[in-house]
Amino acid sequence: MASLWEYANPLKFMRTTERILPAVSALAALCLVGGLVWGFFFTPDDFRQGSTVKIFYIHVPSAMMAVNIWVMMLVTSLVWIIRRHHVSALAARAAAPIGAVMTVIALFTGAVWGQPMWGTWWAWDPRLTSFLILFLFYLGYIALWAAIEDDDTAADLTSVLCLVGSVFALLSRYAVNFWNQGLHQGASLSLDKEENVADVFWYPALVCIAGFILLFVALVIVRTNTEIRARRMRALLARERGADA
Amino acid sequence: MPDLGKYALEVLSAYGVSLVLIVGIVLLSVARSRRVRAELEAVEARRQRNG
Amino acid sequence: MIALLARDLRLAVRAGGGFGLGLSFFLIVVVLVPFGVGPETGLLSRIAPGVLWVAALLACLLSLDRIFALDYEDGSLDLLATSPLPLEGAAAVKALAHWLTTGLPLVLAAPVLALLMNLPWQGYAPLMLSLLLGTPALSVIGAFGAALTVGIKRGGLLLSLLVLPLYVPTLIFGADVARRGAEGQDFTTPLMMLAGISFGALALLPFASAAVLRVNLR
Repeated sequence: MASLWEYANPLKFMRTTERILPAVSALAALCLVGGLVWGFFFTPDDFRQGSTVKIFYIHVPSAMMAVNIWVMMLVTSLVWIIRRHHVSALAARAAAPIGAVMTVIALFTGAVWGQPMWGTWWAWDPRLTSFLILFLFYLGYIALWAAIEDDDTAADLTSVLCLVGSVFALLSRYAVNFWNQGLHQGASLSLDKEENVADVFWYPALVCIAGFILLFVALVIVRTNTEIRARRMRALLARERGADA
Repeated sequence: MPDLGKYALEVLSAYGVSLVLIVGIVLLSVARSRRVRAELEAVEARRQRNG
Repeated sequence: MIALLARDLRLAVRAGGGFGLGLSFFLIVVVLVPFGVGPETGLLSRIAPGVLWVAALLACLLSLDRIFALDYEDGSLDLLATSPLPLEGAAAVKALAHWLTTGLPLVLAAPVLALLMNLPWQGYAPLMLSLLLGTPALSVIGAFGAALTVGIKRGGLLLSLLVLPLYVPTLIFGADVARRGAEGQDFTTPLMMLAGISFGALALLPFASAAVLRVNLR
């Protein structure tokens, strides 16, 4: 069994991931299309929420991904700080915009669902507020990457920002809870509490969650490999300029 | 098309915007991947020629 | 360390930026609020704690980029990094100097501005207490942000984008202490939380700032 650290070699990482990429993308597309079509066309309406329950096939997976992508960035940042593997730092960079998009999707679908159900587009409810703050963290992280020229410096600084940001994001989560007890229902789709949700809604939702995870994996592969290539190109160009001078 | 009742606008816009965003980031990622790949190949080729 | 502190304070006073600018900004923001929401006294006194906290936070933000930028440009930051004084200590002293020149004047000026905002009289002590406990946290968090962006030209806007989300917990608990105090409620819990955040930030963030500075000086 090959060690996970072998994939710290960019070439090996690229070769392996590009071999599995078509399968992952195909599976992601299959699950997403399948899950969403199933959820959209072939599930009944909820007796209280009407057809808006269909929004949850997008809202729940995107909200889960928005948080989990930040956790993934935290892990890869730690790997970069401790073991200095470039692939790890670049994967964190590649994941951030996807996380930001997921946060926007979760916020938007939440607002659109909240309008008819709570009677308001936006409420300063703890969960909504935390997501907004999470979105700001994503923006800051992406902006810091974009602002720094040198790749290694940028990787170091954004990693530290990600660590400190994680602590403060957690603090904000609790602070916001304290600040306003909200109207959002608890997580009704966690794996251990599946009795909360009827099977008709549960199975398509599971497929959608799998689809979002696979989509994320495929996107991270594409984007990380892009970053690896871009980094190599910058190194080559710098060497050329050095040779000319 | 399923009957969405009085919430059709909400449900459809949620699906619409989300799909646009997802497709958007997929297309952006793939386009950038293509461009960087082509540029890198150009640079590599130039390096080979010049030794 | 004391010499460094004295030097920073002298520079801040001589440049005139620290005291004057932050304070006048604080004043202007607070004066602008009634123009925005209307002059009704009841409303003003209800929102006073929050407005004062947000204004203090923004005033703090204003002078953050000076913490390291000048020393970075003229090279004295490199000297600091190679001096026997650990960089962590230097980062903490710099944050302290920022607090003394920006945070402390804000705390002292807050009662005067609270007068303008019709803060109920029992709210003064909690407001001062919360600002006194909270502004050091704003300074160390800000110093971390300043250390992150020190190598970036015109990093001021980026600095705000990075630092403001980090200010959220401090703001929530700080403003909550002031609000509860003004309404005559018990404010022990948010005060404890605020103190926890402040002391935690004071203890840990100088290490993060120093780590980031080392990267930037590489």
